[in-house]
Amino acid sequence: MTTPTTVPDTHVQPKIAVRGVGKRFDDFTALGEVDLELAANEFVTIVGPSGCGKSTLLHILAGLEEPTSGEALVDGVVVDGPAPERGVIFQQYALFPWLTVRDNVEFGLRTARVPKAERRRRVDHYLELVGLTAFADKLPKTLSGGMKQRCAIARAYAADPAILLMDEPFGAVDALTRVRLQEQLLATWSQEKRTVLFITHDVDEAVFLANRVVVMAAGPGRIQEVIDVDLPYPRTEEVRLSPEFTALRNRVWSAVYHQGAPPASR
Amino acid sequence: MSDSLLEPTAGAATPAGTSIPDGGARPPAGASPRRRRRRWPALTRTGALVLNLASAVLGILIWWALAKAGFNLPTPAAVAKQARHLLADGTLEHDTYASLRRVLIGFFLGCVAAVPVGFLMGWYPVARALIEPWVQFFRTIPPLALLPVTVVLFGIDETPKIMVIFLAAFLACVIAAFQGVVSIDRTLINAARVLGAGDFTIFRRVVIPASMPYIMVGMRVGLGSSWATVVAAELIAAQEGLGHRMQAAELYYDLPTIFVNVIAIGILGLLMDRILLVAERRLTVWQERR
Repeated sequence: MTTPTTVPDTHVQPKIAVRGVGKRFDDFTALGEVDLELAANEFVTIVGPSGCGKSTLLHILAGLEEPTSGEALVDGVVVDGPAPERGVIFQQYALFPWLTVRDNVEFGLRTARVPKAERRRRVDHYLELVGLTAFADKLPKTLSGGMKQRCAIARAYAADPAILLMDEPFGAVDALTRVRLQEQLLATWSQEKRTVLFITHDVDEAVFLANRVVVMAAGPGRIQEVIDVDLPYPRTEEVRLSPEFTALRNRVWSAVYHQGAPPASR
Repeated sequence: MSDSLLEPTAGAATPAGTSIPDGGARPPAGASPRRRRRRWPALTRTGALVLNLASAVLGILIWWALAKAGFNLPTPAAVAKQARHLLADGTLEHDTYASLRRVLIGFFLGCVAAVPVGFLMGWYPVARALIEPWVQFFRTIPPLALLPVTVVLFGIDETPKIMVIFLAAFLACVIAAFQGVVSIDRTLINAARVLGAGDFTIFRRVVIPASMPYIMVGMRVGLGSSWATVVAAELIAAQEGLGHRMQAAELYYDLPTIFVNVIAIGILGLLMDRILLVAERRLTVWQERR
């Protein structure tokens, strides 16, 4: 069932390579053996039921967790710990509540010892990009969920990572805000290309955003199917309402929701 | 957030979640709709203040009535007169200075020592395992009970009293700082790490601000406990200070002087707590209050 990947530049080294990565917690296998490759500037989404190990996979790539087998490589180098080149956007925003929007966005630039003038320029740029310029001096507690997530996106972008790892970033916002954030994310991505791995449990979101959708299954976590999304960018409302989109969406849906019963043994 | 005069200080050492500052038993904001039905009309700020004042006036009137009714009490007027007298000859000022000095030195040193120790305990399991037995042990001893030891070891001047206050403040603060570090949201630390922050940056820019609400609560508890300790210590062994003055007045059945000092102790304690409360609000404005 797995469709061969039709990504451009497959002859060059993949940006991200996951080789036989597994993760066991004591008596529980979160992740069986997973293999996955992402080309540079590719946008890949992962969908799957809870417990399929999608977040674990993302944490391993981020360097926040170590795999118990296999290895994760970025540009051919084994991941061993977090690095600013791999930006992470967390589901719960994870903004520093004591810092203003501006100071949050600036955080990674300070740790990278970017000079002050340059910091200011870049923070302004990314606040503009996510539409938070007017809220630069506000504290996170005064922002709505959608604004917090935009701030988190700006913070990750400002550190200028080659890779963005997004862990159900729009899970906690309402449906309308979510659509806006999706469009904004794609607009940002098309302006400044990065390799994106995006986790979601929303099938529409997975199809709308991605070059490829990876469907995972649980018990133990594994890749069930990889589905190419050959819809044109920019993805407009027209694309979202097209029959091609619907067909792909249905295909991903059935791959996610008609997974066989998990194997009895863990 | 009412400005009630009875802001609880003690018993708030283990704040839960982000709704720390007021401590005490506050009903959860999201109580079930049936329970939330109001029995009493809500008070405006001014309304509460008026009632606070009325209550104070009523209390003084009852006191006055009791004194007039033949109870062995000085009247408020007699106490006020004695207060004026003690202020005029500088006694009250001198005693206040002596007591405050002890408290502030001991409290300051206690907090300064407690914060790094609490952080160490929260951050490194080895440090926790080494330090915790001592903290738990000394926590069960009322600081005042150590006065005899410190007097024997350090003599009868200021040192033993300051030592005891130091201990009172240190114990309250160290546990709060430790709690603060332990309850930091792991995601925030992860967020800092993926943004390239090393251990020192995480400590300075995440751990310290994140545990500040806990530390401030600890400081308020510590200050309350220090104040209580200093007065009691002065009752036992001192040549000056508000506690000592009461002790001396007791010998002459000088109730007005005792009352003046009791009131001074109360007002000063309240004042110091208010100052810390304002500092706490300032330092933790970023918190989402429920």
